[in-house]
Amino acid sequence: MVPEYYLVIKMKESIIMKIHYGTALGAVALVAVHILMRLSQKFSDSLQYQNVLANYHFLPYALMLEVILILLSVHGFNGLRVILLELKQGVAYERAINYGSIVAMIVLVAYGSRTILMAGMGLS
Amino acid sequence: MAEQFSNREGIKGMINPTRYGLHRVAYWLQRLSGLGLLAYLIGHIYETSTILNGKAAWNNMLSLTETPGGHLVLVLVIGMCVFHTGNGIRLMISEGGKGVGKPGQPEYPYRASSLNSKQRLCIWVSIALAALAMMYGAGVLFGN
Amino acid sequence: MATVEVPKEQKVEPTTPAPAPSKPKTITLRISRFNPSEHAETKFEEFKIPVQKWTTVLEAILYVKQSLDHSVAVRYSCRQASCGSCGMKINGKPRLACYTKVSELESNVITVEPMNNFPIIRDLAVDFKQLFSTHKKMKPFIINEESEVQPGTKEFVQTPKDLEKFLQFSYCIKCGLCNSACPTMATDKSFIGPQGLAQAYRYTADNRDQGKKDRLKIVDQSHGIWRCHFAGSCSDVCPKGVDPAMAIQLLRGYMLGFRK
Ligand code: HEM
Ligand code: SF4
Ligand code: FES
Repeated sequence: MVPEYYLVIKMKESIIMKIHYGTALGAVALVAVHILMRLSQKFSDSLQYQNVLANYHFLPYALMLEVILILLSVHGFNGLRVILLELKQGVAYERAINYGSIVAMIVLVAYGSRTILMAGMGLS
Repeated sequence: MAEQFSNREGIKGMINPTRYGLHRVAYWLQRLSGLGLLAYLIGHIYETSTILNGKAAWNNMLSLTETPGGHLVLVLVIGMCVFHTGNGIRLMISEGGKGVGKPGQPEYPYRASSLNSKQRLCIWVSIALAALAMMYGAGVLFGN
Repeated sequence: MATVEVPKEQKVEPTTPAPAPSKPKTITLRISRFNPSEHAETKFEEFKIPVQKWTTVLEAILYVKQSLDHSVAVRYSCRQASCGSCGMKINGKPRLACYTKVSELESNVITVEPMNNFPIIRDLAVDFKQLFSTHKKMKPFIINEESEVQPGTKEFVQTPKDLEKFLQFSYCIKCGLCNSACPTMATDKSFIGPQGLAQAYRYTADNRDQGKKDRLKIVDQSHGIWRCHFAGSCSDVCPKGVDPAMAIQLLRGYMLGFRK
């Protein structure tokens, strides 16, 4: 076995994968709610500008979107990290993948949060 | 050992779902759907961000996605989501050591009990649910 | 020594003639030839082989060595699925050559290639260094402070039920078929692999053993147990009914807190 490659945040692989399963479990329930919202009225109506904005203004729903965003970004990019770690090995490569996926999670969460925050506060 | 002699099967072998039965097919579909969903998530977060640029920008985005092509992508996403969730739940339970059979004295002809019929049923159910959800979704999206 | 007279009336004349030996069929055996020291390309050589219903793929290869081309490199020993030497890719799937009959493949063309995910030594012989060293790292022995037999100590008691918890995993012959079928192994050269992980479970599940903590730590690394996605291919090809995929999930059950 190759020596343990490290993260600055030295997290055991078991902890990372428990997070992977945990985020999946959380996402199951919340994504279901998110999709059912689209079907609670006529699908194309649910996407009308005013309706969508109303969603963002409704705080509990906006909070749920934020939680989904975090859960799925962490789950999705960790999934990608797993696939990439299995494709190629090497100290520098693996370090890049480990950090890169953390950066990707942060960027996606930041970008999505911007929409949720600004649509929730500003627009009407 | 020079890499060219290591004889690793490589990506081609990894993604080839044809040789080792249903579990290997499920593995392949789980990966593919996971990657597909990640791509959709990124696209989805981008498309929804257009709402910040006002009604015109939002409607412009809708005119791009509310099309037959856009709906086809959504139907695929629905299928990937349902399969990935169903099969994901099977995997979480199995990878916790539940439902993979009990160790015992293997009897000839050896049939691995981790590849048991309940496992295979769960995979088929995930595929069937995905197909049903896709048909329902297509009905809603293309219905009118 | 007494001779026994067989009474005449007891002599049984065969009423039906012995079945004629079934006519040998001829198949084409395609053998992958590769010699790394010559840096040549892999090429396939074809041989016509007479086979019977019971001829194994190993026997077909040995026929080539005896009668047609003795330079074919192949590793074998027991010829009865016990030593784990003769693993190779037969018609696209990893199998033991001595345990696979030509007739069960239902094809007139049999292609044999070296197992994937192992470096090729020559032709069909592959290098097991990584498998053996990984196996060793799993501490494949009973870890117990009282395991030394000393005056005053007794042997450990084990019930048949205790035995059943690990028995099937102890049937592993280290043939490497599982590692060669595994999709993670196909690209991940640092992965422990199904063989090693299953053996980590075999010793951990043994009630005489106290090394669980050590082994869980060894497999909990970035190319350890979490790189298994339960694709089941290892268990599909294992010729001994070991079911490495089951062992891995049971071992992971300890780590996820489903089992203690
Ligand atoms: C909502 C329900 C979901 C559940 C229950 C779920 C469950 C799982 C599980 C258990 C795994 C690990 C499979 C394994 O051990 O190989 C996994 C992998 C993965 N998931 Fe999800 N997931 C869900 C949603 C998503 C979504 C929405 C995305 C996209 C952002 C996603 C992306 C991925 C990726 C990329 C992988 C890695 C695939 C692999 O390693 O083969 N998942 N998922
Ligand atoms: S687990 Fe089975 S396939 Fe793998 S090395 Fe042992 S006997 Fe061979
Ligand atoms: S020759 Fe021993 S396992 Fe085939």
